[in-house]
Amino acid sequence: MAATDVDIFSNEEKRNLSLGGHVGFDSLPDQLVSKSVTQGFCFNILCVGETGIGKSTLMNTLFNTMFENEEASHYQNGVYLRPRTYDLQESNVHLKLTIVDTVGFGDQINKEESYKPIVDYIDTQFENYLQEELKIKRSLFNYHDTRIHICLYFIAPTGHSLKSLDLVTMKKLDSKVNIIPIIAKADTISKSELHKFKIKIMSELVSNGVQIYQFPTDDEAVTEINSSMNAHLPFAVVGSVEEVKVGNKTVRARQYPWGVVQVENESHCDFVKLREMLIRVNMEDLREQTHARHYELYRRCKLEEMGFKDTDPDSQPFSLQETYEAKRKEFLGDLQRKEEEMRQMFVNKVKETEGELKEKERELHEKFEQLKRMHQEEKRKVEEKRRELEEEMNAFNRRKVAAETLSLSQPLKKDKDKKKSVKTENQSGVNLSNSKVMMAKANMEPLNCQSWWQAIQCCTCLVHSDAWRQGLF
Amino acid sequence: RLRNVRGKVRFMRYIYSVDKQYVGFATLPNQVHRKSVKKGFDFTLMVAGESGLGKSTLVNSLFLTDLYKDRKLLNAEERINQTVEITKHTVDIEEKGVKLKLTIVDTPGFGDAVNNNECWKPITDYIDQQFEQYFRDESGLNRKNILDNRVHCCLYFIPPFGHGLRPVDVEFMKALHEKVNIVPLISKADCLTPNEVKKLKDRVRDEIEHFGIKVYQFPECDSDEEEEFKQMDKELKECTPFAVIGSNTVVEARGQRVRGRLYPWGIVEVENQSHCDFVKLRNMLIRSHMHDLKDVTCDVHYENYRAHCIQEMTSKLAQDNRTDSPLPILPLPTPDVETERLIKMKDEELKRMQEMLEKMQQQMHEKDQ
Repeated sequence: MAATDVDIFSNEEKRNLSLGGHVGFDSLPDQLVSKSVTQGFCFNILCVGETGIGKSTLMNTLFNTMFENEEASHYQNGVYLRPRTYDLQESNVHLKLTIVDTVGFGDQINKEESYKPIVDYIDTQFENYLQEELKIKRSLFNYHDTRIHICLYFIAPTGHSLKSLDLVTMKKLDSKVNIIPIIAKADTISKSELHKFKIKIMSELVSNGVQIYQFPTDDEAVTEINSSMNAHLPFAVVGSVEEVKVGNKTVRARQYPWGVVQVENESHCDFVKLREMLIRVNMEDLREQTHARHYELYRRCKLEEMGFKDTDPDSQPFSLQETYEAKRKEFLGDLQRKEEEMRQMFVNKVKETEGELKEKERELHEKFEQLKRMHQEEKRKVEEKRRELEEEMNAFNRRKVAAETLSLSQPLKKDKDKKKSVKTENQSGVNLSNSKVMMAKANMEPLNCQSWWQAIQCCTCLVHSDAWRQGLF
Repeated sequence: RLRNVRGKVRFMRYIYSVDKQYVGFATLPNQVHRKSVKKGFDFTLMVAGESGLGKSTLVNSLFLTDLYKDRKLLNAEERINQTVEITKHTVDIEEKGVKLKLTIVDTPGFGDAVNNNECWKPITDYIDQQFEQYFRDESGLNRKNILDNRVHCCLYFIPPFGHGLRPVDVEFMKALHEKVNIVPLISKADCLTPNEVKKLKDRVRDEIEHFGIKVYQFPECDSDEEEEFKQMDKELKECTPFAVIGSNTVVEARGQRVRGRLYPWGIVEVENQSHCDFVKLRNMLIRSHMHDLKDVTCDVHYENYRAHCIQEMTSKLAQDNRTDSPLPILPLPTPDVETERLIKMKDEELKRMQEMLEKMQQQMHEKDQ
C-alpha cells in the first residue's frame, strides 16, 4: 500500500468531533493485518559482492536455514544474476523470499561493465510491474512482486577504504534500490581498525554523493533505535552456520586457534544489528520505499520517455488514451518509412550486382574471342608446316626414285646391301614414311643441337644423340 | 635451462687430521664466509597484490622495521583509473656483523582500477629494465662496480576472501613466472579457520598446476643431509602457499610481548606456528633460501633474458647492418642476402626446367608407342 504523506482532507473544511462511546473502528489496523497475513508477504533481497565474500553464508545465517547453493567459479566472463525464490513460514506468517545473487562480480580483469547486468535486472523487475499496472485487465493483488526491496552491498575487509569498483557500482544503484552497505568477513579487522574503516567508508560515500538507505526516524516507536543504528553503518558482519559449544551453550560461531568468534555476540560483530534492522523492524518500510520512491521514479522516467506528460502546452490535463494514439501513429509512420528505405536499398544493390555480372560476362566473351583467334592462328601455322613437310617428302621420293633408277643400271651385287639397309630401315618402330624421312635427314645433317627444344625439331639429334636418349642435356 | 648450481655454503666440521697427507683446502668454506661478510650482501624483494591485503604490514613484520612511515593511501575515487607505479625503498640493515642492503620494490595501484587490463605491464617492464641494465654493465669494459638491481624474489599476495585464484592472479603470475621467482602467499589468513586454510591451499596449488604457472621451487635436499633438515624441508614444501598474517603492533600474550593482533575473541600471534605460516616464510625467505633465490635469478631468469636478447640482436644486425650494438658480438658468417636470393632463384628455375623435360620425355615415349 502506498503511504502518501498528503492529508487527504486538507482541501476541505475539517471539523473535529468527539465520540459519545466506543464505535469500534479502532480495529481497522487489525483487519488490515489479518488480511495481509492471509495474503502472505513477499520480500526480495539482492546481494552484491565479489565471489567468495560470504553472501550465501550470510543469507543462511540471517534466515537460519540452509538455502541450497553451489560455490561459484572465479572464471565467469561476465556478471550474471541468479534469483532463487523460497517459501518460508514463521508462526502463521508466510514469506515468499527471493534472494538474487550476483555471480562473477569482481572477477573479471576489466570491470567497467560489471554494474550493467545488475542495473538491467532491477529495471526489468520495475518494467514488469509497470506492464502489469498498465494492463487493461490487471490483477495487482495477485501479482508476484519481484521488485528488489533491498540491496546488501558486501564490502571486502581491506581496512583501507572502498574499492573503486564498489564506488562506481553503488553510484549506479543508489537511485534504483535501497542500499545497505555491509563489511563482510569482519573477523579479520580489529576494533580500532574497524572504527577507522567505517568512518572512511561513510565519508567516501558522502563525498561522492552516494545515497544509501537511512532507517526511518519519523515513527516514534522506532525512531530511537533507528537513529542509533544509522550511526553504526556500515554493519560489520560475520556469518556462520556451524555450531560451537561456548560455555554451556551451543552457538553459531567460527572456531579459530586463537579464539571463537560468536555470530550473535554484539561485541564481536554487528550481525544482530543487521538482523534487527533488516527483518524485525524495517522490512515493511523497505517495501514501501521501494514502491513509493524508486518505482515511482522509474515509472515517471519511463513514461516521460514515451512522451507522456501530465499536462499539455495549454495546461489541460492530458488523456492517456490520446497521447497513446498519437504515439502509435508516429510509430507506424516511422516503421513505414524504414520499410521504404530498405526496399530502395535492396533495389539499388540488385542493380549494382546486375551491372557487375554484365561486365564480367563481356570480359569472358572477349577472352573467348581472343583464344579462338589464337587457336586459329596456331592451326594455320601447323597446316603450313605440314604442307612444307609434304613437299619435302615428295622431293625426297623423287630423289629416291631417281637414285633407284640409277642403281638398277649398275651391277646387281650391290642390291643385297641395299636391301639389307632397307630392311634395317623397316625395322625401326616408327611409321614407315616418317622413319624414312628421319633417316634421310639424319644421314645428312650434323649433330649440333645444344638444347632439348632444338633437338625436338632436329631429327638427327633425336635419333642419334645418346645424350638425348638418356634424357640428359 | 637446468638448475645445476646449488651455491649453498655449508659449514662443515672438519677434523684436523694428524696425517701428513692433510692438504688444508677444507678451510675453504671458512674463507668464503669471511670474504662474504666483508663484502656484504644485497637482496631485492618485490611485493605485489591488490591494496589492502597487508603487504606493507608483512614487510615490516619480516624485517622488523617500519619502511612505510609516511605513505599516502588513495581514495576509492582516485583509484578508479589508477595506473600501476613502481616504488623502491632501500635500507641497510646489519645483524651480527653481516650487512644486508635490502631493496623492497612496491607496486601500488596493481589491480585497483576498474579496468585492470595489462596492469602487470609496468611490472614486467621494470624487471626487464633491471635485466637490461645488468646486461649492459656486464658487457661493458669497466666491470668493477656493477650494481645488481635485479629482482630476486616476488611475493604475490592472494586474497583469502575468494575460493581460489582469480583471473587477474593467474594472468599476473603467468606474465612473470619466467622473469622472476614468484612466491605466492595467502594474505590476511586470520579470516580463515584451519579447515578453510587447508582447502584454499589445496585449491590454489591445483590451480597453479592447472594453469601451468611456474612458481619458485625449493631445491631438493642432498641425500646426505641430516634427517631433521630433510623433515623440515618436506614440511616446508607441503605448506605452500604460505598463509601469512602480519602486524605492526606489539601485544601482550601469555606473559610475553609479541607481534600480534588483538581481537575481542582472542589474540593472533604472528610468530605462533599454529596460527599462521609467517615463521616458515621468514625462515625460507631469509634464513635458508635467500641465496638460492639470488642464484636462480642469476642462473635461470637472467640467462634466459640474456640469450633471448642476444638472439634478437643478431637477427636484427643481419637485417639492417647496424653497427652500434651495445656489446662486442662477433658477426656470424651469414651469406649476403642478395646472393642468397639469386641462388634461390636459379635453384627454382632448374627445378622447373627439369620437370618440363620429364614431361616432354613422357609425351614422346607415349607417342612412340
